[in-house]
Amino acid sequence: MSLLEVRNLSVAFGRRPPTLTGIDFTIDAGARVGLIGQSGSGKSVTALAVMGLLPEYATATGSIRLGGTELIGRPDALFAPMRGNDLSMVFQEPMTALDPTMKVGRQVAEVVRLHRKSSREQARALTLDMLEQVDLPDPEQVYDAFAHQLSGGQRQRVVLAMALINQPDLVICDEPTTALDVTVQQQVLRVLRHNLDAVGAACLFITHDLAVLSQVCDQVLVMLDGAIVEAGELKSVFTDPQHPYTRGLLATARLDQVAPGSRLPTVADFYRRPERTPGTEVAG
Amino acid sequence: MAGSGTATGSAPAVRGGTASRRGGVLVRILIRLGVFLASLLVASLIIFWVCNALPGNVAQAMLGQSADPAAVRALEEQLGLNRPFFVRYGEWIGGMLTGDMGTSYLTHQQVGVQIAEKFGVTAWLVGFAMVLALLIAVPVGTFAALRRRHWAGFVTSGLSQLGLAIPAFWAGIMAVWLFGVWLRWFPANGYVPLTEDPAQWLAHLVLPVCSLALVQSAVLVRYVRSATIEVLSEDYYRTARAVGWREIPALLRHGLRNASLSVVTVLGLQLTTLLVGAIVIEQVFALPGLGSLLLQAVAQRDLVMVQGTVLVLVLAVLLVNFLVDLSYLLLDPRLRERR
Repeated sequence: MSLLEVRNLSVAFGRRPPTLTGIDFTIDAGARVGLIGQSGSGKSVTALAVMGLLPEYATATGSIRLGGTELIGRPDALFAPMRGNDLSMVFQEPMTALDPTMKVGRQVAEVVRLHRKSSREQARALTLDMLEQVDLPDPEQVYDAFAHQLSGGQRQRVVLAMALINQPDLVICDEPTTALDVTVQQQVLRVLRHNLDAVGAACLFITHDLAVLSQVCDQVLVMLDGAIVEAGELKSVFTDPQHPYTRGLLATARLDQVAPGSRLPTVADFYRRPERTPGTEVAG
Repeated sequence: MAGSGTATGSAPAVRGGTASRRGGVLVRILIRLGVFLASLLVASLIIFWVCNALPGNVAQAMLGQSADPAAVRALEEQLGLNRPFFVRYGEWIGGMLTGDMGTSYLTHQQVGVQIAEKFGVTAWLVGFAMVLALLIAVPVGTFAALRRRHWAGFVTSGLSQLGLAIPAFWAGIMAVWLFGVWLRWFPANGYVPLTEDPAQWLAHLVLPVCSLALVQSAVLVRYVRSATIEVLSEDYYRTARAVGWREIPALLRHGLRNASLSVVTVLGLQLTTLLVGAIVIEQVFALPGLGSLLLQAVAQRDLVMVQGTVLVLVLAVLLVNFLVDLSYLLLDPRLRERR
């Protein structure tokens, strides 16, 4: 049995036509699954649906099972204790993800205290250890710092520490390095990989950057307009893409094959959305 | 330990040590204090100027409209009213600094003594009303924000809009009629000092405080609601939810402090309306507070008394806004640093 089983997941916001339709995928324990697609394709909505953090006016139908537990329709009183413990999430924007008025160490420590019976001192010790695990120099000093005193890379490590400290089975990363510059990106990815290994957690990694994807993941899901159009092992998808959209995505990333001075390839060169007849969109 | 210890070199150290933070705080407090004192000086000048530029002088008022102009002029001289503006202003401020707020020309009472006597009534009234308004507004506003897409949230917002439209004096009159005259739960008017009978003191304050707080809380509900909605859309709130906090605990632990930054601002501004409301409410409930004193002094053209009372009210407003400024430093660690 897979760790995460998503079956026929559809999400609609209010009365608008569904943003996600018929999503199917599974993640095995310890697997690294990448989810790629352009902005607005529904990657983040998929992540939020799994976390049960969709806004209240969104309706999700279908089935999401984590370790056999159905998550769709699960009351918050039962779902909240799972978040941060069985599954956790790292968001895109490290600059705003932390409470500006609370010391970051306390924010990590409270994730421990929220889910485990432990004293203040135990939680502090665990937190300091975790801050060291995510490669933060001088954990004591970081513990007592406020978010604005840390750099973007440091903040994202603190967020990683929050997501990993309770050793969850599944960590969802929503473009965790997009807001960071390239050198810091590499460090954070290395820390992520290392800690996923240490914890043995599975990972759903959302990105639109193929280079980042290939560094973290061994499986890949390709998303387009709210549906998954291609899924498989990273290597086979990268070497032998089936869907024209995937082919386009891969081609746009091969900048070494572009002749200097010539036009850069775009996805549209390979894949054009089917024309929609006017009037049918509203019916959704 | 992470795979290798080399990659951390490029990460900058934690910014802003404890020492620089303390220095920043001190500088900020001194700046606020300076602004407070300067505002007070300007306010006192304006108060004095307005009171002395008003038509109808004290001498005329004391002797009556049909008095002999020569007698009026003689009295003006006796009272020192014909001396230059700044001399009289200096005398007033000088006296103020030594605790002497002057003597009323009409009643020959010490202004300072009078104000000290009445100040307590107004302070209790406004203080209790502020606290009660907050106690109502924070939970109600939070509820309205959390259920804003739900009928219960709509109803709450709607009711607070309705509350906004109620003038404090009308709420007061209705409260007197309902709880004071009809149900006889609380005394309808009057005041008993705390030192005389604490139970009666409290009983006499219940209705005026409630009528004042009701309208205030309606205003505050709207601010608490919008501040909470803002927090709900913040990334750190989503982070708090993602690590396992339920809605209300996430708001209490990570939202309250952030939301209070904007609510505290409004609170400082609202104090002015609250004081104006208190003047009206004191009339409705026949409370011997600063408001009654001020209205009486204005009616009698007792300018020394008006000056003193208005200055005390302005001082209270400026002081509270100074405290609001200081509370930002307490609430927001980002402001504690020297830029």
